[in-house]
Amino acid sequence: MQTTPLNQIHHQLGARMVEFGGWEMPVQYSGVIAEHLAVRNAAGLFDVSHMGEIEVSGSQAFAFLQYATTNDVSSLIDGQVQYTALCYETGGVVDDLTLYRFAEDRYLLCVNAANIDKDFSWLLDVQSRHNFSQLNLVNRSAEFAQLALQGPRAAEILAALTDADLAELKYYHFLEGRVAGMEMIISRTGYTGEDGFELYCASVDGPLLWQKLMTAGEPLGLVPIGLGARDTLRLEKGYALYGHEINAEIIPLEARLAWITKLKKGDFIGRDSMLKAKEAGLTRKLIALSLTASGVPREGYPVICEGHDVGYVTSGTMSPSLKHGIALALVEAEVADSEKILEIGIRKRQVVAQRTTLPFV
Amino acid sequence: MDFPDELKYTEDHEWILMEEEVATIGITDFAQEQLGDVVFVELPEVGDILEAGKSFGVVESVKAVSDVYAPVSGEVVEINEELPDEPEVLNNSPYEDGWMIKLKLSEAIALEGFMDATAYQEFVEKD
Repeated sequence: MQTTPLNQIHHQLGARMVEFGGWEMPVQYSGVIAEHLAVRNAAGLFDVSHMGEIEVSGSQAFAFLQYATTNDVSSLIDGQVQYTALCYETGGVVDDLTLYRFAEDRYLLCVNAANIDKDFSWLLDVQSRHNFSQLNLVNRSAEFAQLALQGPRAAEILAALTDADLAELKYYHFLEGRVAGMEMIISRTGYTGEDGFELYCASVDGPLLWQKLMTAGEPLGLVPIGLGARDTLRLEKGYALYGHEINAEIIPLEARLAWITKLKKGDFIGRDSMLKAKEAGLTRKLIALSLTASGVPREGYPVICEGHDVGYVTSGTMSPSLKHGIALALVEAEVADSEKILEIGIRKRQVVAQRTTLPFV
Repeated sequence: MDFPDELKYTEDHEWILMEEEVATIGITDFAQEQLGDVVFVELPEVGDILEAGKSFGVVESVKAVSDVYAPVSGEVVEINEELPDEPEVLNNSPYEDGWMIKLKLSEAIALEGFMDATAYQEFVEKD
C-alpha cells in the first residue's frame, strides 16, 4: 500500500486509517459528523497527497488537451483552473480532473489517486496514436504533497501564513507563491463546496506545511478531516466521484456533466459517441433524491418506480447538515423526467424519495 | 474503552445483561467506536421471536451498515424506542441509554458460552 508524506502525522493524531485506491489514508480523526460540520462552519485540513499530478507541456500541449479532454481549454487564461474529463472513444469516462494552465504550452492535470497509472498510460497512448510529437507528458505525482484547506475561515487562516494576494485570487484560479516560507501552488479550488484552497507543495514540505496550517488555524476552529467527511461534503454539493457517478460505462452527459462537455468546441475523443447518444436520446440520467422518511440510501440500492427497478443509487449517505438521507441515482431518463413516485429499496423496505435540485446543501 | 463487569459479551461485539429470564442486549463500546457516528438504528418489534445467531436489527454509521445478531433465542418483550430517533445515543452510552432490546428467553441458557469482561477485553485487544 502506498503512503503519503503525511502518513506519520495521521497515525500520531490517532486517525483511523483505511485502504483507498491503493493508498493508506485517514478515514476519520474525531468523527465524520464533527469533521463535516467543522468544514461547513469553520475550516478543515485534508491530506489529499494521494491525488496525482501529470504535467503536459510543449508546443502541442494546447492542441493535445483540447483533443483529449471534454471541456474547452481555449477558454482558459494563465493561472486559471478548469474542471474537465478524459473520455474514451465510446464516450465513457477515463477520469475527471482539474486542469491548471501555467502557460499556453504548459499545464498540470490533477487526477484521481486510483487512476494515476491508467490516466498516464491513456495520455501516452493518445499521444502516440494521434502523433503529438511536440509534447511532453510527465507523471509528477510523487513530487507533490497536496493539502486542501477548506471552509469559511480558510482564507483567514492562509492569509496569516502568506504574502500572496488572496483577496485577488478568484475561485478556480491559482498562483505560485510561498506559504510559511515554502514554495507552492496556491489554488482556490476544492471538493467541499466551501471557500478554500488546494496547496501543492514539494513532498518533503508536506508535514511542515500541515503543522504550520494547524498551528495557525486551530484557534479559528481548524481540524483535520478524513476521507469520510470528504465524501459527505462533496455529496451534499452533488459533486461526482469517479467510480460512482462516472466510470468507463457512463458518459458525462448522463451524469449531469454536460457543462464540462463542450460538443461545439471541435473534435475531441468521445465526441462522436456523445453526439450519437444525444441524437438518439439519453436513456439514463443522474438525479438527486432526498428522503423524508428514516433510512440511509447507499450505493447500489435499487431505485423503484411502480414496482419496477428503474436504476440505482450511485452515492448515498445521511447528510450531516440536513440530518436525513440524500442520494445521487442513475435512473431511466423517462422516469427521471416524469412526476412518478420514486422509492429506494433499503433492505426489505421501500422508502419514498423526493426528486430534488442540487446542491442538497 | 469500557468493559462493565456485570455483562457478558459475544464475538459479534454485543453485550448481554441477564436478569432472571430476561436478557437486555446492546452493542459494545468497542463496536460503537469501530462504527463511528451512528445515524440510523432499525429494531425488531415487540412480540417478534428471535433465533440465536440471526440478525435482529441494523446499526448504520455515516459510512457503514452493520447487522446486529441475537446472541440468544427468545421473544422481544421491549425495545428501546428512543434509539431510532436518537441513534447517537449508541455512541454516547452504549451500555446504558443505548440498550437495544429485551428478550424473554425461550429456554434456559448457559451463560458460560459467552465471554466475561476480561475475556472480551482480551478478545478485542487481540483483534
